[in-house]
Amino acid sequence: MMNLYTRRRIINVIGLVVSMLAMLFGLFWLCWILFTLLDHGLPALTMSVFSEMTPPPGSNGGLLNAIAGSLMMSLIGTLIGTPIGILAGTYLAEFGQRGWLAPITRFINDILLSAPSIVIGLFVYEVYVVHVKHFSGWAGALALAIIVIPIVIRTTENMLRLVPNTLREAAAALGAPQWKIVNFVTLRAARAGIITGVMLAIARISGETAPLLFTSLNNQFWSSDMDQPLANLPVVIFQFAMSPYEDWQNLAWAGALLITLSVLTLNILARVLFRQSATTH
Amino acid sequence: MNTSFLQEARLKRQIWLDMLFRGMTRLSAFGVLALLVAILGSLIIGSMPAINAFGFNFLTSAQWDPVTDEYGALVPIIGTLVTSAIALVIAIPVSFGIAIFLTELSPRVLRRPLGIAVELLAGIPSIIYGMWGLFVFAPLFADHVEPWLNDHIGVLPYIGPFFSGPPMGIGILTAGIILAIMVIPFIASVMRDVFEVVPALLKESAYGLGATTWEVVWKVVLPYTRIGVVGGIMLGLGRALGETMAVTFVIGNAHELSESLLMPGNSISSALANEFTEAVGELYTSALIELGLILFFITFVVLSLARFMLYKLGQREGQST
Repeated sequence: MMNLYTRRRIINVIGLVVSMLAMLFGLFWLCWILFTLLDHGLPALTMSVFSEMTPPPGSNGGLLNAIAGSLMMSLIGTLIGTPIGILAGTYLAEFGQRGWLAPITRFINDILLSAPSIVIGLFVYEVYVVHVKHFSGWAGALALAIIVIPIVIRTTENMLRLVPNTLREAAAALGAPQWKIVNFVTLRAARAGIITGVMLAIARISGETAPLLFTSLNNQFWSSDMDQPLANLPVVIFQFAMSPYEDWQNLAWAGALLITLSVLTLNILARVLFRQSATTH
Repeated sequence: MNTSFLQEARLKRQIWLDMLFRGMTRLSAFGVLALLVAILGSLIIGSMPAINAFGFNFLTSAQWDPVTDEYGALVPIIGTLVTSAIALVIAIPVSFGIAIFLTELSPRVLRRPLGIAVELLAGIPSIIYGMWGLFVFAPLFADHVEPWLNDHIGVLPYIGPFFSGPPMGIGILTAGIILAIMVIPFIASVMRDVFEVVPALLKESAYGLGATTWEVVWKVVLPYTRIGVVGGIMLGLGRALGETMAVTFVIGNAHELSESLLMPGNSISSALANEFTEAVGELYTSALIELGLILFFITFVVLSLARFMLYKLGQREGQST
């Protein structure tokens, strides 16, 4: 009898210690990666990173054109993807109770949410780059928009579902037509959550490299022409990090630190924003 | 007379606006469907030349020679599957431990920050993992771990050949480990969400009968959430299969089939990332696009299964309350 109890207790302790070790193991990588980033990235992060163009190997330079290109493509990608995502998410939450379209869309959206981003790059290459015959910023923005859409759809639907039905019924009882109910009552009530989703989507696309390889490619010079190959941080990091030149590798670390910091900031901001709105409701 | 006419016009306008808005949302939802069809369609059209040229041989041939225009997908397919398998072998137990810690063991104060830390780790762009793998992890791995593997595991019968080879630091095993580090937070946060579905009543009943924490996890939480846990693992698998940047940095990009996991190899996504922009000739490009099609197909199946299982868990949750 005693034996059984001790055995159970020992198994329990072993299991718990192992799961604690697993937690430490997970955090260990996070700390190590962040430490490496700061260690290599901070010394390389000088003012010239923000004021000069990507250099040829062996000379000084910065990442200005890449930063600008990334900002432009992320902005346009978000501007294209967000309205479509919000509309489709609204359909799923508000109008899709009956019929075949909503369940199938929801299922496919969930798959697109984690579909390999490199395939999306291939797709944009096939339908756009091949036809205009050159890489361009527009193609990059389009690929990013396709990544934004499923994320925004998912959060929009989830957030609209949290809006209590009594709000909709109250508006309907006052005689409001459905488009007004959705636009001025439910979407407004879910606003903070939807903005959170958009921010998470921006965080996701700002680090995406694979879909940009075949779409916007890269550009060593300053360009604000969306119809030309456009420099962007992830692809520059990829090329510079894989290169044998040390000054290029240093710039890649600076870029990596920049991207990680902005992604983490966006993620944390989104969480804080959502939490605030959740406590005020 | 006049006012009622006006009212009717206004009502009509509202009805029309209603239809317009509803139509717009429906169109957008339909757009998602169209997007999937378009992706599949364009990939199939793009890979037609390669499909015509190689047929099913494409899947079984290990040739990859741009000079003679001979292409086979066996090496990248195996590379993708093996790296993902290594990643899952490492990631599943660790994520399970993290999820248990977060739901059952962690002091309340730490629960939120630790959960957020795990989610932040999941949000770090994959190119960072790749860079870190190339510059920090691979050299250390080559100096300290791979010689040890060679000496101790490489001499064993049966599994020995998998772990013997030149300690270069770059290869299939390294890629698998980096992938594991990448998917751990992802699987862990899905598992944690799934574990939180378990009704407190069930757990408390078990504790009340004198069960230990470990027994509650193993005999109450896990059986209750089994489908969801598998679904979460499949989601992680889908992520690992399609991951590009983290793998491309460290896999070595060699179109060679080798028994040893320490040797460089290739995966579908890293072959695409490395070769696509430099591919000349219709057949080369089209072979690469067919690789993409295969990748999309594999991940589609895996992700569909994952979603199906998570839906099942959701349904069950609905029934029990």
